[in-house]
Amino acid sequence: MSQTKTSKPSAVQTTGHAWDGDIQEFNNPLPSWWLWAFYATVVFAVVYWVFYPAWPVAGSYTKGVMNDITFVDSNGKSKTTHWNTRSALLRDLQESKTAVLSRDYLNKVAAASYAEILGDPEMMAFTRSMARGIFGDNCAPCHGSGGAGVIGLFPNLADDDWLWGGSVGDIQATVKNGHFGFMPAFGEVFDDAQLDDIASYVLSLSGHPVDAAASRRGKAIFQTNEGGCYYCHTHQATGLKSQGAANLTDQIWTIADVNGAADLAGKKERVKQVIANGVQRRMPSWSERLSAAQIKLLTVYVHELGGGQ
Amino acid sequence: MADTGNDALYQARIKIYPRSVKGRFRTFKWAILGLAYGVYFLLPWLRWERNTGPDQAVLFDIAARKFYLFDLVAHAQDLLWLVGVLLIAALLLFFVTGIAGRVFCGYFCFQTLWTDLYLLIERLVQGDRVARIRLDKSPWNANKLLRKAGTHVLWLAVAFWTGLTFTLYWDNAPDLVVKWFTGSAPFAAYATTLFLTATTYVMAGLAREQVCTYMCPYARFQSAMFDEDTRIVAYEEARGEGSQGRHRITRELKSREQRREQGVGDCIDCGFCVQVCPTGIDIRNGLQVQCISCALCIDACDTIMDSLGWERGLIHYTSEAQAEGKKSSLLKPKTIGYGLALLLAVSALAWSVSSQAPLDVAVVQVRQPLFVRLSDGRIQNSYELHLENKTEEPIALAIMIHGLAGAVLDAGRFSALTLAPQRSLRVLVRVRWRSNHNEKGSRSFFLDIIPQKRKDLGMISAPATFYLPGRER
Repeated sequence: MSQTKTSKPSAVQTTGHAWDGDIQEFNNPLPSWWLWAFYATVVFAVVYWVFYPAWPVAGSYTKGVMNDITFVDSNGKSKTTHWNTRSALLRDLQESKTAVLSRDYLNKVAAASYAEILGDPEMMAFTRSMARGIFGDNCAPCHGSGGAGVIGLFPNLADDDWLWGGSVGDIQATVKNGHFGFMPAFGEVFDDAQLDDIASYVLSLSGHPVDAAASRRGKAIFQTNEGGCYYCHTHQATGLKSQGAANLTDQIWTIADVNGAADLAGKKERVKQVIANGVQRRMPSWSERLSAAQIKLLTVYVHELGGGQ
Repeated sequence: MADTGNDALYQARIKIYPRSVKGRFRTFKWAILGLAYGVYFLLPWLRWERNTGPDQAVLFDIAARKFYLFDLVAHAQDLLWLVGVLLIAALLLFFVTGIAGRVFCGYFCFQTLWTDLYLLIERLVQGDRVARIRLDKSPWNANKLLRKAGTHVLWLAVAFWTGLTFTLYWDNAPDLVVKWFTGSAPFAAYATTLFLTATTYVMAGLAREQVCTYMCPYARFQSAMFDEDTRIVAYEEARGEGSQGRHRITRELKSREQRREQGVGDCIDCGFCVQVCPTGIDIRNGLQVQCISCALCIDACDTIMDSLGWERGLIHYTSEAQAEGKKSSLLKPKTIGYGLALLLAVSALAWSVSSQAPLDVAVVQVRQPLFVRLSDGRIQNSYELHLENKTEEPIALAIMIHGLAGAVLDAGRFSALTLAPQRSLRVLVRVRWRSNHNEKGSRSFFLDIIPQKRKDLGMISAPATFYLPGRER
């Protein structure tokens, strides 16, 4: 047997073997706490293999025992699988205390009429809280997170002007079916002076102090078949709801940024641009993408943004 | 530097086998322990009838952000009370420590209480000091294994119940216990229980006096509050040592007269005071940092003095000044200062609790968009009102505005706005206003929340800001 020797300078023991006559090896064993921690990890690993998915086996893997988790998948089917965080999250989203509370309340709101929801402070608070998320996911990309829209592109939902109607029924129909808003371009039809006249008349409708003669000439085009503007905007210029035509008599401008212009000439120029170039706007239909309950929440939410009709 | 024994900063632990003792302080401490445990372990089970909310007397409901304390319900906004409670606890500690020394350590600290209980278990299973020393020295056999294992099992059981009880304060106790044992409790419940089980077992069972001596910060900074008038547990050296020092009782040194003649003091050096000490010090060496003022050495010495028929008090409560024969005064600027601060903190908390707003209102401006132009040219701002009813009765509310001439408030289409008891509600209101003077920037006004049919509640005027377009367009 080999003999334990000590190496003098450091007083560390050697392993006792000698090679080639005098080559020896110091014996510096691992610290015992480290060694035991290592053994513990080995034990842990073995336990882990039993309870968790661990070993790849021919195209599949060992699933572990006693770790079943049941959840309802996106198709509404109950599914049982080995425990994993994705399933645990799904189950929590469906079965946690708050999820159940929220679902129950959603059912209550979904079953209520619009009048009931609008008349009940608690249902309104719930609706706004939940619809804020739906709105943010689906509507905010165009209309903005607060529904303020983008002038010229997407209408402002937070004001009290409704192109397609502001009652809950109208709003629900808009969300469900979408809309195609269209105004033809008149740039090729009228010359610049005529466009100027029409713009003057349009501005006069909302009380702008424009040239009376120009306005009169514009009115003649607007209110007759020469321009035919009244087909959609009506003789009163309040807009035909079925066409989504703008009310030209109020202070809200959704296409031409009249309020953003510094002076009257600028305002007129902006209106002229719209008449010359026309408008095409499209809102998609959401009936395929959102559930009836979600559309209901959204309808109430949008209705409330500006005060509703 | 050579790491010799004297210079070593590391002191290997010397195992302490505290001996049991009977006496007035021990009885007093058992009474405190019984009371404290009675409160701690039973309180979560105490039921309390409420119109709304859980029927548990003390419940810290984090999910609902409500802390139930009997008839008081603390809401999230009342978090400042916690500051008050902590401040009072700190000031009380300073105040008491300044007067009476480490009273908290010796009588009330949970480390002391749980160590006492663990020592009791140890004694009941393994016997008193001598039996325990003998058991430790004996080779391993069935008896030793049984007693040692039994002790640890009981310790763990106490630790577990301690941990579980703490957890019960945070949810409905009867439900939670069932859930805990059926595996359906939240992760936090298991984590909390097991963590406190581990800490209780380690601190009270294994670490014990090491906690007080090496870990506890309070133990350290309490000594900073000591002065010569602070009450301390001390050995009366003049009486105990005489001129020739202490001596055991021998045939020649039996009566006090004999001892006086020889110049020997009253201390018979029986060592009882050392044996009962839970931190393993000898009080006769004077005031020491390890001493937690548990007063068990007083009980021990009094027992001996009683049996000898000599008067008690060789070890007693005194102060450094008193021990030197000076007069000890309690009314000092420091004490009075702590006392006044404490009184102030307590009254502030009491006032704050008693004047808890029954109705809480916060106005949050809708900032996206900040303002909207309406078809008639008016400007509209929207506000979300956060209303909270902290009472047990429903509150009917009316909302109005003032401070903005000509403005119109639209508070929705509710026929009635009623806050259910202990409930909160968010209401969106809109304010429409035409500024007559082409005003820009913003204007301040007030949203008035007016409780209806409740004479005990006054109107709340919440300040709000009305924003206008930056430049007139």
